[in-house]
Amino acid sequence: MKKDLLGIADLSPEEIYLVLETAEAMREVGRRPIKKVPTLRGKTVVNLFYEPSTRTRTSFEIAEKRLSADTLNVAVAASSVLKGETLVDTALNIEAMSPDMIVLRHASSGACHLLSRICKSRIINAGDGMHEHPTQALLDAFTIKEHKKTIEGLKVAIVGDLLHSRVLRSNVLLLTKLGASVWVCGPPTLVPPGIECLGVHVTTSVDEAVAGADVIMMLRIQQERMQGAFFPSLREYFNVFGMTAARVRGAKRDVIIMHPGPMNRGVEIASDVADGPYSVILEQVANGVAVRMAVLYLLAGGVEDEAAA
Amino acid sequence: MSVVLDADQVARSLARIAHEILERNRGIDQVALVGIRTRGVPLAKRIAKSIQDISHHDVPTGALDITLYRDDLMRTPLGPQPVVRKTEIPFSIDDKRILLVDDVLYTGRTIRAALDALIDFGRPRAIQLIVLVDRGHRELPIKADYVGKNLPTSAAQSVQVHLAEIDGRDEVEILP
Repeated sequence: MKKDLLGIADLSPEEIYLVLETAEAMREVGRRPIKKVPTLRGKTVVNLFYEPSTRTRTSFEIAEKRLSADTLNVAVAASSVLKGETLVDTALNIEAMSPDMIVLRHASSGACHLLSRICKSRIINAGDGMHEHPTQALLDAFTIKEHKKTIEGLKVAIVGDLLHSRVLRSNVLLLTKLGASVWVCGPPTLVPPGIECLGVHVTTSVDEAVAGADVIMMLRIQQERMQGAFFPSLREYFNVFGMTAARVRGAKRDVIIMHPGPMNRGVEIASDVADGPYSVILEQVANGVAVRMAVLYLLAGGVEDEAAA
Repeated sequence: MSVVLDADQVARSLARIAHEILERNRGIDQVALVGIRTRGVPLAKRIAKSIQDISHHDVPTGALDITLYRDDLMRTPLGPQPVVRKTEIPFSIDDKRILLVDDVLYTGRTIRAALDALIDFGRPRAIQLIVLVDRGHRELPIKADYVGKNLPTSAAQSVQVHLAEIDGRDEVEILP
């Protein structure tokens, strides 16, 4: 592994499989009576979250604790950031206390790359702006692999707000690297221009995207990132793009339905689909801990090349 | 390179160990075998099979990966982390006599890690150690209860155990 986990873009298929196989072993730790191993004893991990998060932050924190790392959450709302401190200054100050890893979530794309250049600590990207969210894509891949055994050759339909989604980018990069056929679908205003360069099929018809799909991945409508009117109303969005039981019928009979959360019920996904038999949404959350344990473990090792050591 | 145990000798050692286990553990139904990955796992299964053949008792077997408990993790700035494999102990170890199985006993550090790992699964009544080869050079106060063969070696040599399930043949050899 490299020094940092900034995005799926930097990972080879072999590294992705290594994370998934390690996560398999890590999951077993979470099923023991004592859900803790001494592996990262004496390592300090700082969770630096500039954006609200329940799932990702909790998941990282549980993963760190199960590996016996000392963890520290910096709640930006109660920090010097409010007094005008820049990201770089905050990072350098945290770095002065010599942590081993920093898990960063930030609203700006590229924030993790910036820290990676100035920090000696390992940087793990927990979501940067509209760029990448690598651990989400890894846990999605783990969940898919568990149900479908393989990722190669699957048809994966990703439906929703493609424009603002870092989950989309990381998932597209990962799934195409491992040989899945990826269809993306959303209103034309929410399809990023040039997305077909990533090797995906683009459509505005949910039925076409879902037809014969092995996996349906729903993306949240990210109203907090929307400046301007991308569609007339949430109700109209649901009518045209919402995942309903009727639309799911176009997919394979053993389709799995995923959502990275938090869900907008009745906007991108109907409640009966979210809670229905094809949904693996809570499995994704459970698998997140194992996958993040794997990433923390693998990154804590030595680096590949001597220059970075 | 010299072969110190051939396939026949490996089989006889394991059969003898199975007899010793039965002799020393009255109430074999409270015994379980846990093999240390990689080669302890097939050894544990073979011993369980021998015990089954002799006494018609099914002894449960499990597999333990000790990587997350190693004492040499992250001590060098270079090189990747050792691969972690799955631990599978599909039974409660509480109040059982656990027979830990490994191929080679050397410094004792693997066994130290295995003891720590096992204790995280419960509180066994006792833990005993079975090894196919004891090659000496202990760095920790650890001793095996059942030994296939005691093998005097120098620290510079390396002992390789090959097992049919993994390597296609049964053989123990010393490499200079």
